[in-house]
Amino acid sequence: MLLIDCPFCGTRPELEFHCGGEAHIRRPERPGDLDDEEWAAFLFYRSNTKGLQAELWHHSHGCQRWFNALRNTVTDDIEVTYRMGQARPDPAEVTTQPGSVDGTAGDVVWVMADAGGERP
Amino acid sequence: MTKFSAFTLARNALASNKSWSRQWRNCAPRTAYDAVIIGGGGHGLGTAYYLAKEHGLTNIAVVEKGWIGGGNTGRNTTIIRSNYLYDESAAIYEHSVKLWESLAQELNYNVMYSQRGVLMLAHNVHDVQSATRHIYANRLNGVDNEWLGPEDCKAFCPPLNISKDIRYPVMGGALQRRGGVARHDAVAWGYARAADRLGVDIIQNCEVMRIDRDANGHVSGLDTTRGYIETRKVGVVAAGHTSVVMERAGLTMPLESFPLQALVSEPVKPVFPCVVMSNTIHAYISQSDKGELVIGAGTDQYVSYSQQGGLHIQSHTLEAICELFPQFRRMRMLRSWGGIVDTTYDRSPILSKTPIGGLYVNCGWGTGGFKATPGSAHVFAASMAKDEMHPIAAPFSLDRFRTGRLIDEAAAAAVAH
Repeated sequence: MLLIDCPFCGTRPELEFHCGGEAHIRRPERPGDLDDEEWAAFLFYRSNTKGLQAELWHHSHGCQRWFNALRNTVTDDIEVTYRMGQARPDPAEVTTQPGSVDGTAGDVVWVMADAGGERP
Repeated sequence: MTKFSAFTLARNALASNKSWSRQWRNCAPRTAYDAVIIGGGGHGLGTAYYLAKEHGLTNIAVVEKGWIGGGNTGRNTTIIRSNYLYDESAAIYEHSVKLWESLAQELNYNVMYSQRGVLMLAHNVHDVQSATRHIYANRLNGVDNEWLGPEDCKAFCPPLNISKDIRYPVMGGALQRRGGVARHDAVAWGYARAADRLGVDIIQNCEVMRIDRDANGHVSGLDTTRGYIETRKVGVVAAGHTSVVMERAGLTMPLESFPLQALVSEPVKPVFPCVVMSNTIHAYISQSDKGELVIGAGTDQYVSYSQQGGLHIQSHTLEAICELFPQFRRMRMLRSWGGIVDTTYDRSPILSKTPIGGLYVNCGWGTGGFKATPGSAHVFAASMAKDEMHPIAAPFSLDRFRTGRLIDEAAAAAVAH
């Protein structure tokens, strides 16, 4: 079972979470403008990456908030978790920062820049 | 290669079994082939066999990154059935079951197909209605399936607990008597041996790094870890790694790959006469001829290529097994493992041409590809040979994700396939 660092609650067992699949797939701004090909790409086509993949997680039995995680799909190691609305971090730039949130060895919690009033 | 018969078995037994010849050649890749199959599992080896046998394409190769049958062919729980809801699914799985019934003779290799019956349990009113719908749909498609009440389920499978006070009482079950199990390794080996005999090169430890195209966008060759192979026809049959291989041709796929786990118990004397599946509480179980209980668990919720899954997934299944079969509570589990299954959004496979000429793909079998091995290989080979999808394969095209004509076995079967 994975141990997942919720950016809001800290490290919790995977059973508290629901995986929402690949992250950073934006719902089209103007759905009416899409042709069938583009709808298929949005709905069904996935990168299915072997390696580092950004994905959505929902802390369904906790704070009930969505966040993103960068996880290595070969080792299942979660490199970093970060809030919705943030750009996908470059793992090379992630520094281990034991902050107020309890992370497990090797895992780090993405310390977000101030969201600037944006709803996390 | 020696043909297996009572005579050759007896002769080799008298010679202390020291004079058997190799089952298949260990080939190095040649520089060019008429067609290349990427993926040396059951579906890929079967495709090569039918290409050679039924379509006369013998200058072909199967390239496999690891060793043949080392992926999901050797990792599944060997269940075979064809009681799928939709016409398209029933057609391809029933085609497969019919081929299973004569496969050992066809390949001159004992694949140990045992039609001991697959019983799918119903635990609530919805299950009963869904099972009944399946049974009628199956019968209309010429697929055998029948309803058993709880007592009949118990008579068919004596270890089953049908008491009314368990958490999910058994309200009956749908039985496909022609379903059963087969020896999974034998399927890979049987197809490999038969394909090799027809001249197919089986090339192991050979990973495809790039799929090249010519100026017209047609497949022209493969860059592999064992040298360059020129070819104008490529079939990708790479199961959990299909997205990875197709990316090397520059294509994205409507697939996600998840770990699916299975486990076996210590071997015991014959105690379990059939296959029992429960979609609702998610457990499936049979007993191998070695005596191990073979138990299938579920998939993890996240994409992974790790070939291992969470322990809680196994616990979940074992809790269900212990409730349905209380006598197994003291059994010890011997081994567990994971395989990477490529799933589509409608939980139906993809057998299709691709936007690249000469490139075909057979994938998306998800959690239940083993049962389809002969049928899938047979229709995929025909499609590759004629450059026109076989009528049974045609509905499973990539195009269905654009048109919306999905074959939604996800809704019909929920989990286990």
